[in-house]
Amino acid sequence: MANPLYHRNIISISELSRSELELVLQTAKKLKEEPNHTLLANRVVASLFFEASTRTRLSFETAIQRLGGSVIGFSDASNTSMAKKGETLADSIRIISGFADAIVMRHPRDGAARLATEYSSVPVINAGDGSNQHPSQTLLDLFTIFETQKSLDNLKIAFVGDLKYGRTVHSLAQALTLFNAEMFFVAPDALAMPDYMLEDLYNHNVRYSLHKNLENIIPELDILYMTRVQKERFEESEYHSIASQYVLYPEMFQRARSNLKILHPLPRVDEIELEMDSTPYAYYFQQAENGVYAREALLSLVLNEEV
Amino acid sequence: MSKLEVEAIVNGSVIDHIPAGQGINILKHFRMLDTQRTGAKITVGFNLPSKTMGLKDLIKVENKRLSQDQVNQLAILAPGATVNIIENSQVVTKYRPEIPKHISNVYRCPNSNCITNFEKVSSTFYVLRKASGLKLKCKYCEKIFDKEVVSQTLNTR
Repeated sequence: MANPLYHRNIISISELSRSELELVLQTAKKLKEEPNHTLLANRVVASLFFEASTRTRLSFETAIQRLGGSVIGFSDASNTSMAKKGETLADSIRIISGFADAIVMRHPRDGAARLATEYSSVPVINAGDGSNQHPSQTLLDLFTIFETQKSLDNLKIAFVGDLKYGRTVHSLAQALTLFNAEMFFVAPDALAMPDYMLEDLYNHNVRYSLHKNLENIIPELDILYMTRVQKERFEESEYHSIASQYVLYPEMFQRARSNLKILHPLPRVDEIELEMDSTPYAYYFQQAENGVYAREALLSLVLNEEV
Repeated sequence: MSKLEVEAIVNGSVIDHIPAGQGINILKHFRMLDTQRTGAKITVGFNLPSKTMGLKDLIKVENKRLSQDQVNQLAILAPGATVNIIENSQVVTKYRPEIPKHISNVYRCPNSNCITNFEKVSSTFYVLRKASGLKLKCKYCEKIFDKEVVSQTLNTR
């Protein structure tokens, strides 16, 4: 029987069940331990970046090539027929899906990936649609948590920084509702977790609490998920006062549990001091590397009946 | 209400008990205002007295039989509306709107960055019943809106 992700579109993390998430993580672990260069042999994957995103694109394209596949595509839309000749997204997708075995796409508009699935004859993997979804980021976050904690169940995780606009925070919190996590939200008022997200967690019986003081809760945590405050959302002076509220430095971690790991979707700016990088808690660079294995897992499951 | 205020019809549909002020939106919703093109014969009453509602709007459409699916689309604008289907001056069927699972091609997505506001595509909203009332979730951008916010964006394209 084919694996449950075979030929599936991967658009929104909420469409994956607990067992499907676990399948991706187990596959990522396997591919990290034992690289396989043939899973995408003779396959062409279209990498369509209608909006530039260096880390996500290079990570996907590395994954495709490491699995023995080939890549076609573009790294920004400025030189395409859509931008130059006004071709619709629907027509572009119809045509490109005739060339490739799967489409990986990043687009600046919310919902673009879902729309693409209606015109594509091959599976579409969402690599970010506007402020909406970015499921492969959540998968690499989950894989990294699983790798460092050996389990996803019953963990205590703090989300710190921009919890309002942070798409990665919302998707990861949503996914962790399936694993009985306890969540701590630490944010300035202007960037607090939105009410609709809290309502959703409440409806899923998730234990969560809101905090202003980060240092006090650090000794309880298994995972600290740090995020960047986006400069473009604030005026200069406001940005500095908000961004300086939560900055990680080594002295804060004197009472931390030994298994605590700090994750960050990157890029970081000033919210993690460079001295943190050499502590045993820093795991954000390994997390970025794990993006390749999580994406290898996703691509190989979507394009192979069995992995 | 005097029966003479709005002329009776022989065959067609009567949408009654519409909250006053929503009648015009329902006409737009069902694209009933394009009468030059469709030739539809429509009688409309706004701000008619009603024992239960104070004031109400009412729409009579001759020779058109609304289906339950179409009536369900009223659940957003006029959840308490009643629809009578008339044949040979007799009421043959009565419908009340039931909340539909989804609503397509009626409203535009209020999210200005939603792809449906850039590509020629029908909108679709999933209807969610929340403790705080009816919410509509865009199938594409996945944003969730109060029904009042969405119902202001009648899709006139």
